[in-house]
Amino acid sequence: MKFETPAGTNPIDQRRVIGKPTPRIDGPLKVTGTAPYAFERNDVAPGHAYGVIVGSAVAKGRIARIDTADAERAPGVIAIVTRENAGKLGKAKAHTATMLAGPMVEHYDQAVAIVVAETFEQARDAAKRVRVDYARAKGRYNLAAAKAGAPIAPGDKMKTAVGDFARAFAAAPVTVDATYTTPDQSHTMMEPHATIAAWDGDTVTLWTSNQMIAWAVRDMSETLLIPKEKIRVVSPYIGGGFGGKLWVRSDAVMAALAARAAKRPVKVALARQQVMNNTTHRPATIQRIRLGADKTGKITAIAHQTWSGDLPGGGPETAANQTQLLYAGANRLTETRLAVLDLPEANAMRAPGEAPGMMALEVAMDELAEKLGMDPVRLRVINDTQVDPEKPERPFSDRNLVRCLEEGAQRFGWSRRNPTPGTVRDGRWLVGMGMAAAFRNNMNMKSGARVGVDRKGVVTVATDMTDIGTGSYTIIAQTAAEMMGVPLDKVIVLLGDSRFPASAGSGGQWGGNSSTAGVYAACVDLRRRIAQKLGFDPDRATFADGKVSDGGRSVDLAKAAGDEGISGEDTIEFGRLNDDYAQATFGAHFVEAGVDAHTGEIRVRRMAGVYDAGRILNPVSARSQVIGGMSMGIGAALMEDAVVDPRFGYFVNHDLAEYHVPVHLDVPHQEVVFLDTLDDKTSPMKAKGVGELGLCGAAAAVANAVYNACGVRIRDYPLTLDKVLKGMARV
Amino acid sequence: MNDKPAFTLSRRGALVGGAAAAAAGAVPIDAGAAPAQPAPPAVPVRFTVNGKARALELDPRVTLLDALREHLELTGSKKGCDHGQCGACTVMVEGKRINSCLTLAVMHDGDDITTIEGLGRPGDLHPMQAAFVKHDGFQCGYCTPGQIMSSIAVLEEIKDGVPSYVTADVAGKPALTGEELRERMSGNICRCAAYSNIIAAIADVAGAKDVA
Repeated sequence: MKFETPAGTNPIDQRRVIGKPTPRIDGPLKVTGTAPYAFERNDVAPGHAYGVIVGSAVAKGRIARIDTADAERAPGVIAIVTRENAGKLGKAKAHTATMLAGPMVEHYDQAVAIVVAETFEQARDAAKRVRVDYARAKGRYNLAAAKAGAPIAPGDKMKTAVGDFARAFAAAPVTVDATYTTPDQSHTMMEPHATIAAWDGDTVTLWTSNQMIAWAVRDMSETLLIPKEKIRVVSPYIGGGFGGKLWVRSDAVMAALAARAAKRPVKVALARQQVMNNTTHRPATIQRIRLGADKTGKITAIAHQTWSGDLPGGGPETAANQTQLLYAGANRLTETRLAVLDLPEANAMRAPGEAPGMMALEVAMDELAEKLGMDPVRLRVINDTQVDPEKPERPFSDRNLVRCLEEGAQRFGWSRRNPTPGTVRDGRWLVGMGMAAAFRNNMNMKSGARVGVDRKGVVTVATDMTDIGTGSYTIIAQTAAEMMGVPLDKVIVLLGDSRFPASAGSGGQWGGNSSTAGVYAACVDLRRRIAQKLGFDPDRATFADGKVSDGGRSVDLAKAAGDEGISGEDTIEFGRLNDDYAQATFGAHFVEAGVDAHTGEIRVRRMAGVYDAGRILNPVSARSQVIGGMSMGIGAALMEDAVVDPRFGYFVNHDLAEYHVPVHLDVPHQEVVFLDTLDDKTSPMKAKGVGELGLCGAAAAVANAVYNACGVRIRDYPLTLDKVLKGMARV
Repeated sequence: MNDKPAFTLSRRGALVGGAAAAAAGAVPIDAGAAPAQPAPPAVPVRFTVNGKARALELDPRVTLLDALREHLELTGSKKGCDHGQCGACTVMVEGKRINSCLTLAVMHDGDDITTIEGLGRPGDLHPMQAAFVKHDGFQCGYCTPGQIMSSIAVLEEIKDGVPSYVTADVAGKPALTGEELRERMSGNICRCAAYSNIIAAIADVAGAKDVA
């Protein structure tokens, strides 16, 4: 099915199942510990051995020699694979660094070997006995130092300009010119990357933890240099991803090589410490923002320049994304520059671009509001735009930012905020309120599914879509139930297997809308086949209450399926609507923070928001996605910081005791309100992504609340108490 | 490429650049070259898991978590960090919650152990498991067994009068407040951050209406 014109009325609009608050259908498995994650598939890998990956101890250089003699003699060791005996390997185009180093080392903790043994304890012990001599080379690890001379990054919209920014900025009566920095961040999903690999002749099966099944097959094919048909990837349960499992990592590649060498299935899980340096991370940014406004607060000049670093051949953090679309203003400039750094591979983490970009832009807006003596909500309202400000002939498909701002302000009690910082006290706490807009692009991706009905009237959906905690199982079941006119408990959803039709996968908050649109398309095909089989008019036939009806005739769906059952399959493909219209999701974050007047400790006391993301398919899981994003915003604002050792070029705080993410006590009760909107330009579902929106702007709202509480403006994330105290001495 | 390091290598550099020995081996390993070292003797251990007596012969390095996951195939308890930093491996030992990754299996001879599998099954959920489903107290589900084990333990600890960091009067009886629940649950990390919903689930089970 091609989606090329705005959606008209369709069966999804009945909202018998879609849009209803629905507990997750995978819930009972997850709360009983019976949902099997990758490393737990002992059922499919009898006689498996354990693999432990040895990572490089240097960040850049060459492996001079690898001495495996001691490791080979260690108890229980079955095989050791290094670049010397791995056979010919390719590098997947999607990978910046190779998954197995040798002879060159590209980053710290890059895999240099895998040791396979009978037990995990034996493999871990033997891995420590592998000795590697390196010829260490000088690396570049400091973004601030590499910033000068960093070129414009390759790719679209890395440099955009409209009007005459320099002139308008110079002429503006009120201006902000500030530089913000965001640190390297780690996805830190709870399940470390894990894979079981098993070969059957020249075919390999990987039970793994991966967000994008079709990409995984492609990248394994390009790495192992075997045809895609010889690779099966299975990933039905995933313990979180946040972008860190978009591409296969060393666990999958090394498990496949290890299983081939050991001639047995091999299980590999990265140790928690390996997740941060062996896999990818969100790169640090330096962002300069200049805003110029007239005295009424109308923005006349807006510029956002951003720098990040990656390995040679890598990509930038596109932190200027939202600045191209969020606010009006006739004179505009954005630049995204990319330096070369020899840190582990930088890549997508939840809301790449907007997540760190909004951390800067939305604080700059707060600074502008203060200079104007204007309420920060009002400043955003008067600079709203209904068209792409770089391309005014391109309207937004549906944009309700102003409603989010005004409704959020009203619900939160924003009118009680004292705009003068440091004036509200609650015991030892200085208390402040802050807000920020939320903005994240909406992307749509081609997505396929197969749907069948059996003789009992049970509907089964199969697609290689993944559920990384996003609620895919449930919204897909709701979609099929709505389309086929059956209750939710008559739907079975099978996900995450490369034998199923290729889907959009989970990334860039495109999964929910795109994958359900793919299921919609498959259901339309199935409905047509059933109607034809019954001699009904496919355009008129209705599917409700387990029956297919047309005019006066009505047949049980089970009977229509017959003994042999009946199935349909299709793929939704998206046309030009995403080019002709700017598609995005919007919201407004509100935060009340307390700052300890003596210690500088920051506590988030209240957090709420109003969000606009088209049709909300399941308010239960959509809310959870948003509060997860808001909480990740608290982490980004207050604690998350992957610290680079500038001598050795690695992230020092590479575990959960040192890389701090929010815990229960850091997160207050959160209020989430969704606007009841529909976007007919996005898909037949009229939905948009919601998985990343909650993160975008949340950290800035916290930072703005901290400023309002204590009068310290911190432009270098995270806002740790040493920075607060240093500022408080001046206030 | 053979650039000199910017300064003298520390112990860590010396370790990774250790002495040279025989050349890298072929795969699979040829046992001919040097005799393999024997495995350390296994240690017998008996304990009760979810009401069932279990007897194992284990490498003494096996953690309680790996004994459950890899030897008894009770994979409900999760490995998120293997260092006691995330709480995903939380189980009850002798009625108290512990991080099962931080303790060796052989230290638990004779102990009574309860894992998530001992609470309820799909179709027959423990009230806390049902509350987690009702309030969407999870997303990816990986930390969830640990969160649920801790939730049950936390309510017991409050009932037993065990004080916490946020208890104002450590000699008095701790109150069932949102802050108490959050502090006591803070050893269980949820990166999906279902925290707000987890607290709602625990409060629901505890019958505490005004916990926020």
